[in-house]
Amino acid sequence: MASNNSIKKTLTVALALCIVCSVVVSTAAVVLQPTQQKNQELDRKSNILQVANLYEPGMDVDDAFDELITPRVINLETGEYSDRFDPQSYDQFEAARDPATSRTLSGEEDRAGIGREEMYSTVYLVGDNPDDPEQIILPIRGQGLWGLMRGFFAIKGDGNTIIGLSYYSHSETPGLGGEVDNPRWKSKWKGKEIYAEDGMSPDISLVKGGADSKYEVDALSGATLTSRGVTNMLHFWLSESGFGPYLARFHGNSEGA
Amino acid sequence: MAADSVKDVVLSPVFKNNPIALQVLGICSALAVTNSMSVSLVMGLAVIAVTACSNLFVSLIRQHIPSSIRIIVQMTIIASLVIVVDQVLKAYAYEMSKQLSVFVGLIITNCIVMGRAEAYAMQNGPIMSFLDGVGNGLGYAVILLIVGFFRELFGSGSVFGFTVLTPVQDGGWYVPNGLMLLPPSAFFVIGLIIWVLRSIRTEQVEKAEYRIVANSKAKIKESV
Repeated sequence: MASNNSIKKTLTVALALCIVCSVVVSTAAVVLQPTQQKNQELDRKSNILQVANLYEPGMDVDDAFDELITPRVINLETGEYSDRFDPQSYDQFEAARDPATSRTLSGEEDRAGIGREEMYSTVYLVGDNPDDPEQIILPIRGQGLWGLMRGFFAIKGDGNTIIGLSYYSHSETPGLGGEVDNPRWKSKWKGKEIYAEDGMSPDISLVKGGADSKYEVDALSGATLTSRGVTNMLHFWLSESGFGPYLARFHGNSEGA
Repeated sequence: MAADSVKDVVLSPVFKNNPIALQVLGICSALAVTNSMSVSLVMGLAVIAVTACSNLFVSLIRQHIPSSIRIIVQMTIIASLVIVVDQVLKAYAYEMSKQLSVFVGLIITNCIVMGRAEAYAMQNGPIMSFLDGVGNGLGYAVILLIVGFFRELFGSGSVFGFTVLTPVQDGGWYVPNGLMLLPPSAFFVIGLIIWVLRSIRTEQVEKAEYRIVANSKAKIKESV
């Protein structure tokens, strides 16, 4: 055993171990990466299908997504469709970090607490005609109580009637703010409306103690700050700073097909 | 040590010498991941895999590990295994790995893994070490599942995701106990498990290191 402690042996063992371990770890990472990316894609796609009420258990998510949903990239400022990026590969979270494709938000405007907003966003459309879609699914994000909440918000083709709201990643308190995942709460969004009058200031909000108008949804009990976060992020993303200009294009349209 | 039987090595850590209940190791992750049974199960399996394999590899090269860097060598092996497990989970159990988030990575810091590598695998052959790892991982997994059972049942009214007590949010009668979904409740449950185990197996109760003497009565000086 004494020879094990010689400097030469110590270095040899350390070096050999490092090489073996790094080979094992990198092999695992490289071999499994395609499967992992596929999983993330599947997860995102099934979330989009779920929020659009098109998801059925056991369906082939990839096929259904390709068949039913068309991703498009829009310019948030003008609300026009843009061909500057390929919608299949455009990563708006990446874009939000790059000063060339995003802008800094501050003060009043940054209600969602996201700091930077990308200039182009992906939207997911159901239906064939991009100028008169059946459903529009918007990616939204903002601060909850404990951290960033990311989700999708589905609206009918009139750009006003809500179909659903669903978060695919958040860190809210289980049982309280975590109830944003509760199907019963999520079902309360259906049929509510965003704008009381034509314009870009959203009226939809979470209220405590009985929502009675069509611009109000019951807040989550015991989760005031999460509810506030949800309201703030909707107000941000549906306003002029977010998807407001884009949605305004549809306000004349009928309620979709 | 050489005369350990396979059965002893695998089963004694489950109840007789449980790493959580008797040695009180690995509590951190036991608090964090036990709010539902399926998550506890996956975490248990991950820890079994890591403890067993790290014991195996440490034992295989134990004759060549210089004693001065043995802890680092063990850590390197454990860390590599944990990364591999994490990658595999991300590839084949994506939903689970999302729920377990950082806690898979934190298996590296789980004292059970390193404790077994240092205490058992450094002195014993590869096969027995592997089994010892399996046994200790099992001991961990069993406690996790028991804690997960109580926390999920009382916190969400379900077991393995199947509703047993219909909570009021879904129109039932059961008012879920929110505390059970938060990590501190695992402390209470683990405490109760330790109490039960030590009442059944009294030999687990540690001898008191000292006795607190009853308060002596203050002497009241008559002159005052």
